[in-house]
Amino acid sequence: MSSNPTPSTHAQANFDSVLKAENLSKQVSSPEGALTIVDDVSLSIARGESVAVAGPSGAGKSTLLALLAGLDTPTSGRVLLEGTDLTRLDEDGRARLRAERVGFVFQSFHLIPALTALENVMLPLELAGRADARRAAAETLARVGLKDRTGHYPRQLSGGEQQRVAIARAFVTAPAVLFADEPTGNLDTATGARVGELLFELNASAHTTLVLVTHDRELAARCARTLRMEAGRIA
Amino acid sequence: MKAVRLALRLLSREWRSGELGVLLLALTVAVAALTGVGFLVGRISAAVALEASSVLAADIRLGSTRPIAEAYFAEAERRGLKSARTSSTLSVVFNGDASQLTNLVAVTAGYPLRGRLLTAVEPFAPGTPVQGIPGPGEVWPASKLLAAVGGKVGTELSIGAATLRVTRVLISRPDQGGTFAELAPSLIMNAADLPATQLVQPGSRVSYAGLFAGERPAIEDFKAWLTDHKQPGERLRDITDASPQVRNAVERAGRFLSLASLVSVLLCAIAVAMAARRYVHRHLDTVALLKTLGATRGFTLAVAVLQLLALALIAALVGAALGFLAQEWLLRTIRGLLAVTELPPPSAMPFAVGLVTAIAVLAGFALPPLIQLQRVPALRVLRRDVGPPPPIVLLAFGPAVLVVLLLIWWVVRDRHLFLYLGAGLAAFLAILAFAGSALVLLAGRLRGRVGVAWRYGVANLSRRRAESVVQLVAFGTGIMVLLLLGIIRDDLNSDWRRTLPPNLPNYFFINIPPAERDDFIHFVEALGARTTRVLPMIRGRLTAINGRPIEEGRRGGRGEEEGFATREQNLTWTTELGPDNRIVAGHWWTEADAGKPLVSLATEFQESLGLRLGDHLTFDIGGETIETTVASIRKVKWDTFRPNFFIEFAPGVLEHVAGTYMTSAYFTPGTARTLAELAHRFPSVSIFDIDELLNQVRAVLDKAALAVQSVFVFTLLAGLTVLLAAVQSSRDERRYESAMLRTLGARRSTVVQGVLAEFLTLGTLSGLIAAAGASLAAYYLTTRWLELRYTFELVPCIVGIAGGALLVASGGWLATRSVVNQPPLRTLRA
Repeated sequence: MSSNPTPSTHAQANFDSVLKAENLSKQVSSPEGALTIVDDVSLSIARGESVAVAGPSGAGKSTLLALLAGLDTPTSGRVLLEGTDLTRLDEDGRARLRAERVGFVFQSFHLIPALTALENVMLPLELAGRADARRAAAETLARVGLKDRTGHYPRQLSGGEQQRVAIARAFVTAPAVLFADEPTGNLDTATGARVGELLFELNASAHTTLVLVTHDRELAARCARTLRMEAGRIA
Repeated sequence: MKAVRLALRLLSREWRSGELGVLLLALTVAVAALTGVGFLVGRISAAVALEASSVLAADIRLGSTRPIAEAYFAEAERRGLKSARTSSTLSVVFNGDASQLTNLVAVTAGYPLRGRLLTAVEPFAPGTPVQGIPGPGEVWPASKLLAAVGGKVGTELSIGAATLRVTRVLISRPDQGGTFAELAPSLIMNAADLPATQLVQPGSRVSYAGLFAGERPAIEDFKAWLTDHKQPGERLRDITDASPQVRNAVERAGRFLSLASLVSVLLCAIAVAMAARRYVHRHLDTVALLKTLGATRGFTLAVAVLQLLALALIAALVGAALGFLAQEWLLRTIRGLLAVTELPPPSAMPFAVGLVTAIAVLAGFALPPLIQLQRVPALRVLRRDVGPPPPIVLLAFGPAVLVVLLLIWWVVRDRHLFLYLGAGLAAFLAILAFAGSALVLLAGRLRGRVGVAWRYGVANLSRRRAESVVQLVAFGTGIMVLLLLGIIRDDLNSDWRRTLPPNLPNYFFINIPPAERDDFIHFVEALGARTTRVLPMIRGRLTAINGRPIEEGRRGGRGEEEGFATREQNLTWTTELGPDNRIVAGHWWTEADAGKPLVSLATEFQESLGLRLGDHLTFDIGGETIETTVASIRKVKWDTFRPNFFIEFAPGVLEHVAGTYMTSAYFTPGTARTLAELAHRFPSVSIFDIDELLNQVRAVLDKAALAVQSVFVFTLLAGLTVLLAAVQSSRDERRYESAMLRTLGARRSTVVQGVLAEFLTLGTLSGLIAAAGASLAAYYLTTRWLELRYTFELVPCIVGIAGGALLVASGGWLATRSVVNQPPLRTLRA
């Protein structure tokens, strides 16, 4: 195992495919025996492409997202992110790769309550060791329309505003891939629509690859491609 | 740097949002308790040591029958120590025709280096402290001396070739001794006047002493130097040789205070462990998020450790300051109640100890859960049910165990005791955890028979079984140590009180001529006092044991043994066994034994010479040889201050031998004039005033008791912090459950009753465990360690159970009140 991406972990240099899964499976043990949540999934996502992962609850969408983002490790198969095999990296190696190349937006926002909006957005930049964290974070917050809310704590912001802070945090590092897990799931329809709008707008301008797990048909429809999952497989 | 910045930023934000309040409070109170105890124990121990030193009038006393060499004093001065000299000799003092054999003590400036001289303007009056020593040409005679020669302040006394004027009456001096060695009354004079008396001639029996005092480390060094350099015949004494009562008091107090501070440290550790648990629980999401955003394990651990380190620093500083203020306040409050001399200033040591201990406790009790926190997978951002993998047992508990053992060692510093306490603690925790599990299980089984609120409360205990057991262990430990302190404190206090009842005899009367015996007793009774018992006192020497002459058989023996064997003994004979005597071997004589040459020995005498029942002892009494047989061995309580003897004869053996009588009696304060009358009426009777000695002992014991009680208060505070930390650790779950219940239609009162039921049950179970544990531990500690008697008492057990229930219920209710009162919607929306 290596904690850093090395040439040996690179697959054939197909950089048009920014994210690739090969025969990806995830099994967990349960009282009834081994349970397959993701079952032999292979997919390839091109740079700048937006892909929706849809399907009923329990189909394995979030688990697939966790595997693709390196938050979880597969039972078998591998994930290549910009040619780097995530399954050959240890936890810290995957974390470093995420810091540089991956952004996240979650259903429940996941802001750190003790930090202000600005500090939350600064966090990934600081973790990546960027000196201009404050300026870049302030600019990104301005882009999501929260210029006047930089000093506010998450509890002082509405749900929509919190998700916009989370989107700013996700885009501030200019990630190669943005993973979004039900980004509008905790918001009312109107706010959800506005947040979705913002997400696609930023995605388009930053040429970021977007992987979106959602139940929201309208949101899924805005993606270039939709992968439907059923019982752990892509239908 | 990144980690430091983020750690400080998170810390300051979390502090403002109230997140860290309980953790910091727990640490601060714990450190305050610890340092408060440290300051208090340090200062009171120093005061006790000073008090004990005052019995020597110095920290070190070098005695000899030859003048003490100047080189010792020069060395002491070089080391920055204070010094003084005394020379004592027996001589007859005259006031006109009246005379009295007197112990003349010539002193130099600075005497006494420890303790104080008490003087008055008339004999037997209450003394007041005086600075300095008699000036040249002046003397301060003791009450008995002045009364016996019919003098008063202003009288000129003839001492040898000199005539010196009485300017004060000596009531007590610190080094007057607690034995009968100095039966003659004392007179203090200035050393400059000694040559003029011409009493010190070649061949005179003079005892010289060099007194030295100073800071403890310097004194220890000087003592080592003196031990190497002193000449044969020079005897070194320090606090450890001081009177046995004082030494025992110092030892007991020291042992008990060590125990009490150890208890505070352990409570501190429990509170920290609980607070750390809550901290970890609340930071799972943050750590998972940080990892998702690219933070490595090392980075997140660094952030957490730095935060805790900052907290430790704040807590140590604030806690130590609070601890200092608390003990300062306590000492000021109590100073008025006790006749204590000025307490020595505090040392900076407790500050350092507080900080080091805070860090050590955090390292042992907070670091393992923090390391565990870093193992939470990033996946938790998507799946809330994912937590850290199960902890590695050795890593989870190893550091805590290690820190506890180190702390026990640090406090106890005794290998046997360390092993006992360490093993005891391990067994205790295991038993407590087992008992806790059993009780929680039992409570769960019984819950079907109670109402809905109780069922909800007890169900909470059963459902959070692991947490309940942890809390039971914590509360149980907390209540147990408090209870244990209470039980032992009572035992100590009552034992001390038993040792020194208020109307203890305060005067010994020796050399009562047989012809004046009855007159004397009547006279004392007419003065309103009662004699304890009147025993004959006969001088004699042990010459042979089982036919072997003592000089041969005992040569090369230990000092004490040699002393017992060769020195002249005070012997008595009596029909009745003293009430403070207990036969431990053989039989006390009956009427049939009268006239038989039987002796009964005190254990001290018997043990030091290795004697057995039936041994034959030969005595030389007034030139007559008497063969005796050891008929019984007695355990004597010497501290009753009643007449007692190492060697007692059966009646009908010694009646014909010339001797005198001795007794002791209690005189109420303010009987100066009557004692002067007594001294005048019975001039040959030696009056030995032990009031001042007793006051010294009492002062020492008072300080020890005071320290014990103050430590108890600190421990109580630490215990309450544990309670708060424990309740706080389950606050979030409770908030959610309360909201759910109320949403489902439960009335607020039902939820309140449920909370109360849960904490009442928890408190009662903890109290039950604590009462049983404390009783067992108290039995062990009292009988084995403190060497006191133990009596089981039901009241502390009931107090423990009821107190536990009340304390945990009220504490739990206060801590969860806001949770129950919060509107359910707010909780469920959060």
